[in-house]
Amino acid sequence: MLRDEDRIFTNLYGFQDFGLDGARKRGDWDNTAAILANGREWIIEQVKESGLRGRGGAGFSTGMKWSFMPKNVTDKPVYLVINADEGEPGTCKDRDILRHDPHKLIEGCLIAGFAIGASACYIYIRGEFYNEGSNVQRAIDEAYAAGLIGKNACGTGYSYDVYIHRGAGAYICGEETALIESIEGKKGQPRNKPPFPAQAGLYSCPTTVNNVESIAVVPTILRRGASWFAGIGRPKNSGTKLFCISGHVNNPCNVEEEMGIPLKELIERHAGGVRGGWDNLLAVIPGGSSVPVLPKEICDTVLMDFDSLREVRSGLGTAAVIVMDKSTDIVKAIARLSQFYAHESCGQCTPCREGTGWMNRVMQRMVSGNARLEEIDMLLEVTKQVEGHTICALGDAAAWPIQGLFRHFRPEVERRIQAYRNAAPLAAE
Amino acid sequence: MSAPASDHGHVEPTSFTFTPENLELAKRIIAKYPAGKQASACMPLLDVAQRQHGGWLPRVAMDAVADLLGMPRIRVYEVATFYTMYNKNPVGRHHIQVCTTTPCWLRGSDEIVHACKNKLGIGVGETTADGQFTLGEVECSGACVNAPVVQIGDDYYEDVAPEHIDGLIEALKRGETPKPGSQIGRRSSEPVGGPTTLKDFTTAQADD
Repeated sequence: MLRDEDRIFTNLYGFQDFGLDGARKRGDWDNTAAILANGREWIIEQVKESGLRGRGGAGFSTGMKWSFMPKNVTDKPVYLVINADEGEPGTCKDRDILRHDPHKLIEGCLIAGFAIGASACYIYIRGEFYNEGSNVQRAIDEAYAAGLIGKNACGTGYSYDVYIHRGAGAYICGEETALIESIEGKKGQPRNKPPFPAQAGLYSCPTTVNNVESIAVVPTILRRGASWFAGIGRPKNSGTKLFCISGHVNNPCNVEEEMGIPLKELIERHAGGVRGGWDNLLAVIPGGSSVPVLPKEICDTVLMDFDSLREVRSGLGTAAVIVMDKSTDIVKAIARLSQFYAHESCGQCTPCREGTGWMNRVMQRMVSGNARLEEIDMLLEVTKQVEGHTICALGDAAAWPIQGLFRHFRPEVERRIQAYRNAAPLAAE
Repeated sequence: MSAPASDHGHVEPTSFTFTPENLELAKRIIAKYPAGKQASACMPLLDVAQRQHGGWLPRVAMDAVADLLGMPRIRVYEVATFYTMYNKNPVGRHHIQVCTTTPCWLRGSDEIVHACKNKLGIGVGETTADGQFTLGEVECSGACVNAPVVQIGDDYYEDVAPEHIDGLIEALKRGETPKPGSQIGRRSSEPVGGPTTLKDFTTAQADD
């Protein structure tokens, strides 16, 4: 178990002051100028060496992403954009950073922005997080007033502005190019790539989009050293991570733990165990709604990191652990996610617009068993037609939960279909 | 795509003017974006307009935003109809939105919706006859470890049980704002009974 002295988000639960005074006491903004004095290349190298992988779901190396930004841009602005459009079902970790530790985020914005040569940062906060956004705005105002950001930030001669842009209820805006479109004042429909945001992002200028947690951990990594962060967890899966444990546990909670902690230990140590005991566990969605569900026998031993979860054909995603005990109607639980994706498809790509609706309608029939057995394979075939055939990953995200359901719980669906036919043989014909 | 005009048979106002205070606010919002990129202010200004107009956006308010920003009106309609938080139809004074996505559903959001319907005597998507309450279901509110979650206006009510609904709605009827956050006494997202970590950080700082 991670020691408290290795935890970054010491005010995760908001027992203490989220404002500048409280943040300074927790070590934030401590001689930030000295960090910046090491230069852009040093910062990027350190973040690479720390092994930090993006905390928004994709798990791409944060330092590597920064290194893709063009150097010596003089003819146009460069932007850092923070993705605080948290909405992946199961996920509520960035919310705690925004409302309880906003200065960690803003200091990270300054350092990351400096490292990529940005002149300004937009923090895109989902519209429903009204109060959380207000806390961030207060922290931004405090940072300006203290000379930490703005003209001559931290006395370094570097000028850097930080703004909030609020969303208005669209899950798709968590996709980085949809998010950029949204800041530009358009509907949030993802862009084709290339060009990637590093070449042409916000206002067609070089842009990096990073998740809240990815950026908020950067100041601590640079203060304590890349090797400290890299030494936690497992190789290529290093550092600390915020986990969200929801569903059928005794004590749902957020907690910062070591990457690679066993799923069972995570649930039992911090969330009070599965309701009714570990043997009452049916399944877990380990990384937010988009990743495939895992049955108990895999949950018994699996480790919570990118590569371990990929090995069992699921994913760490946002590290949002949705626990389901044996009372759960697993088909309905996944069908509800199909409904979510059908609702949130932006409608731009035909396979997703039509496919998410179609998959949802069939999944709703599977809940009651009002289907033909051969429709299972037809449904799985459609998930394969949607997956990989859309501009963004929402189509994939809609397909994977269904694929996971049938990989592990196909007999349950077949049983329902058979029972439905037995109960109403004529209607089923 | 649904047209921004009335589709619920309500009466659309014929004019909308930003208040002087909101015009000042609009200028400050526009200044957050680079010169020539004022279209970026479309979303925040729609929010300002909606708040000024009692929680919903008539077409004339969208037009006012378009005119202020020098945007074609259709571009603003596109934005207003894409994002779910812009209400194109009137809503009650209190907009009650129950999250029913899987993490909340696992913790009993069906019973929360049921309790709201019973208490208010309306269905999902409906408004009480006195115009006080609108009931809605929403997709993931992003507070899943405090499920079930009910958003009322700008506030989240968390760890809600069906028996809390009566008290919450009665308080709103009396003109009070019930205390947001966990309804079972949690500080925020820590486990019930207190954190398993960071016990040195569970009291306000001792600076002192």
